[in-house]
Amino acid sequence: MEKLKAELKERIIENLNLEDIEVSDINDNDPLFGEGLGLDSIDALELIVMLDKDYGIKIADPKEGKAIFESINTMATYISENKPA
Amino acid sequence: MDKQVYISKYCHITNNQVFINGELVFENTQTDTTKNYLKSIYKSLDIKYPKFFKMDNFSKIAFLGAEFLLKEEDNKNIAIVFSNNASSLDTDRKHQDSINDLDNYFPSPSIFVYTLPNIGIGEISIRHQLRSENAFFVSEQFNTTQHNTYETSLLTEEKTEQVLGGWVNIDNDEIDVFMYLIGKKGIEKYTKENIQNLYNK
Amino acid sequence: MQTGKQECTQKITLNNHVKKIFITHHQIISPLGFDSASNFEKLKLKKTGLKELKRRNGNVYVGAKVDDDELDTAFSKIGIIDNFTKLEKMMLLTIQNLLDDSNFKITPNTGLIISTTKGNVDCLDPSSPFYKDEKRAYLPTLGKVIQNFFNFKDEAVVLSNACVSGVLAISVASRFIRQEAYQDVIVVSGDLVSEFILSGFTSFQAISSQLCKPYSKNRTGINIGEVAAGIIVTGDVAKLNENSIEITGSASCNDANHISGPSRTGEGLVLSIKSAVKEANIDLKEIDYISAHGTATAFNDEMESIAMGRLGLTNVPLNSLKGYYGHTLGSSGLVESIIGIESLNQNTLIASLGYDENGVTNELNIIKETEEKPLNTFLKTASGFGGCNTAVIFKKATTNG
Repeated sequence: MEKLKAELKERIIENLNLEDIEVSDINDNDPLFGEGLGLDSIDALELIVMLDKDYGIKIADPKEGKAIFESINTMATYISENKPA
Repeated sequence: MDKQVYISKYCHITNNQVFINGELVFENTQTDTTKNYLKSIYKSLDIKYPKFFKMDNFSKIAFLGAEFLLKEEDNKNIAIVFSNNASSLDTDRKHQDSINDLDNYFPSPSIFVYTLPNIGIGEISIRHQLRSENAFFVSEQFNTTQHNTYETSLLTEEKTEQVLGGWVNIDNDEIDVFMYLIGKKGIEKYTKENIQNLYNK
Repeated sequence: MQTGKQECTQKITLNNHVKKIFITHHQIISPLGFDSASNFEKLKLKKTGLKELKRRNGNVYVGAKVDDDELDTAFSKIGIIDNFTKLEKMMLLTIQNLLDDSNFKITPNTGLIISTTKGNVDCLDPSSPFYKDEKRAYLPTLGKVIQNFFNFKDEAVVLSNACVSGVLAISVASRFIRQEAYQDVIVVSGDLVSEFILSGFTSFQAISSQLCKPYSKNRTGINIGEVAAGIIVTGDVAKLNENSIEITGSASCNDANHISGPSRTGEGLVLSIKSAVKEANIDLKEIDYISAHGTATAFNDEMESIAMGRLGLTNVPLNSLKGYYGHTLGSSGLVESIIGIESLNQNTLIASLGYDENGVTNELNIIKETEEKPLNTFLKTASGFGGCNTAVIFKKATTNG
C-alpha cells in the first residue's frame, strides 16, 4: 500500500504537471482538490483517465470521482479494492 | 471622431530570444526542449503562477508575451485579438496521436481542452482579469490589414480602450510571437505599415 | 453615408454607429435539409437531425451528420467531389446556394469570413483520404480553397474562437463593413462530427448517449452535430429585401474565470448582453425572443440561467436548438441565428426540443410548443471554451410602423 501511495504521488505530479510540487509535499490525507493541491475540474477528468490507463479501472459515473479522489489514501484504497486481477 | 491610436509596447519571442520594444531582454540557446525553454522564460519573470505548467506550448507563448506587455498595466479594459497560421495544430496532433490506436486509446481532457486557439486568450484573460472582447483569426501570414481593421473597429466603437494584438504561432516547435499593446498613448503611431515594420524587426 | 429610414437615425446615439448593417440572405446545409427554408419547415414540425450513430470503436452515440452521398450528389453539380474534403464541399455548396438564391455577385469589395473551430482537422486522421496532404488540416488552406473557388479578391478572414465563432463572425462582419474594409461580406461556417471531437468531448464526460435535453432537470450532456451555414451581410440599403434583418448590436466578453468551466456567476455573458443591448440602443424589455446556447451540459445551462436571471430576462421566450442539430461547434451560432431570423420573418417561435422539467436555478421561459407570435427583435447568445461569450441583437429591418 505504501508503495502504491508513493507511486500515485509521482504519477499525479507528472500527469497533472504539478511542476513546483515534490512527492514529499503531499501527505496521504491532504485534500487533493480545493485548498489542498488546488486541483480543478480538468484535473479530476485527467485522474479518471489515469485510473483507466495505469490501473485498468474504469469509473462509469464521474460523480463517483469526488469521493475516490479526496486524498492519496482514498485513491490508494479504491485502487487496491478495484484493480482487475 | 478621429482619434489617433498609438503603439505603447511590443514584444517578440523566438526560439531562443525575447525582445521588448526591439531590445533583447532574455536569451537561452542551451535548452533541449520547447517546454524547458518556455519554462526558463517563465522563471526569468519571477512570478508564481503554477497554472503555467498545465498549459500547452501555444498557451504558454501567448501567456508569456502578455506577461511582458501587461505586467505594469492597471487598466482592465483591454481587448485581445490574436492570429496565427497553425491554429492549435501543435496540440491537435498530440490529441490525434492519443486516439489513433484503438488498443492504446487514452484521449486526455487536459490536452483536448487546448485544441482551440482561443484558449490562450482565455488563459491571459484569467491571469489579468480581462473581461473584454476577444477574437482569434487564422491567416497564411501575419495579416496586418485584418488586424488593423478589427482592432480599429473595437477602439472606435468604444468596445475597448486598449487592444493586446499580435501574431502567436507555434508549429512543430517553431515559435513566432509578435505581440503589441495599442491605445491612446504610446511610442509610435498605430498603422498597419508600422505594425508590419515592427513585426519584421 | 447611406441611411435607412429617417426615424431610425434619430435613435442612434453612439457617433460611430450611423452605418446600419443587415443580413439579406441565408443558407443552411444540415441533416435536416440543404436550404434554410426546408430546415425551418422541419423545425416547425419538431423533426430532429439527431439519431443513433456508431463510433469507430463500435460505441453508439447520438449525433447529427450530413449524408455523404446526398452531399456528393448535390456538390457534383458545381465541383469534382474527390478534390474536396467534406467540410469544404458543405461550405462551398452553402455559398453557391447563397449566390443562386440572391443573384448576388462577388466583387473585389466582397469580403469572405469563415467561422470554424476545427476546420479540416479530420485530415490528421491516418484514415482520411487527405491525410498525405500535410497542409490540408491548416485553416489558411481551407480559407484558400473557398477563396479560390469563388474568386474572392482578398484572403479569407478565418475566425476560430471555439463555440462562439458562428455568432462572433456576424459581429466581425458588421465591424469590417463599418470600417469600410468591404461593402458586403459573405460569412460561411462549418464543422464536422469527427473522431477527434467525439473522443475529446467523451474524455470530458460531456457526451450524452441520449437525445440532449437543454435546461431540463435530467439533462445528460451534449450531442455533436454537423452543419454548414452562410449569410450575406451588407451595409448597402439598396440591396435590402422584405426579409432583411438588421444587426443592431453585438459584443463578446470573456469570463476570465476558467478555460473549460463556465463562470458560476455568468459574468461574461451578462457583460456581453449588456454591451450588445447598449449598442443596439434598446431596452432589455424590447427583446421578444432569445435564441440561447443551451448545450445541455449541467454547468453551461445553469450558467445561462444565472445570467438571464441577473438581467431580468427569465420571462422572455427562449429556446436552445441543440435538440434539432446537436452542438455544431463553430457553426452553431450562425445556424441558430439564421433560424432566429426566420422566426422573426415568419413570426414563429420554435419549440425548444428535448425540454421537460425545469433543471436550472432561475426557471426560464422555455418555448414548449411552436407557436405564432408577432416578433421584432431577438437576442442570440453563445458561450464556449476559453471563457468566451458572445451576444448579438437582431431586428426586423422593415419596422417603419
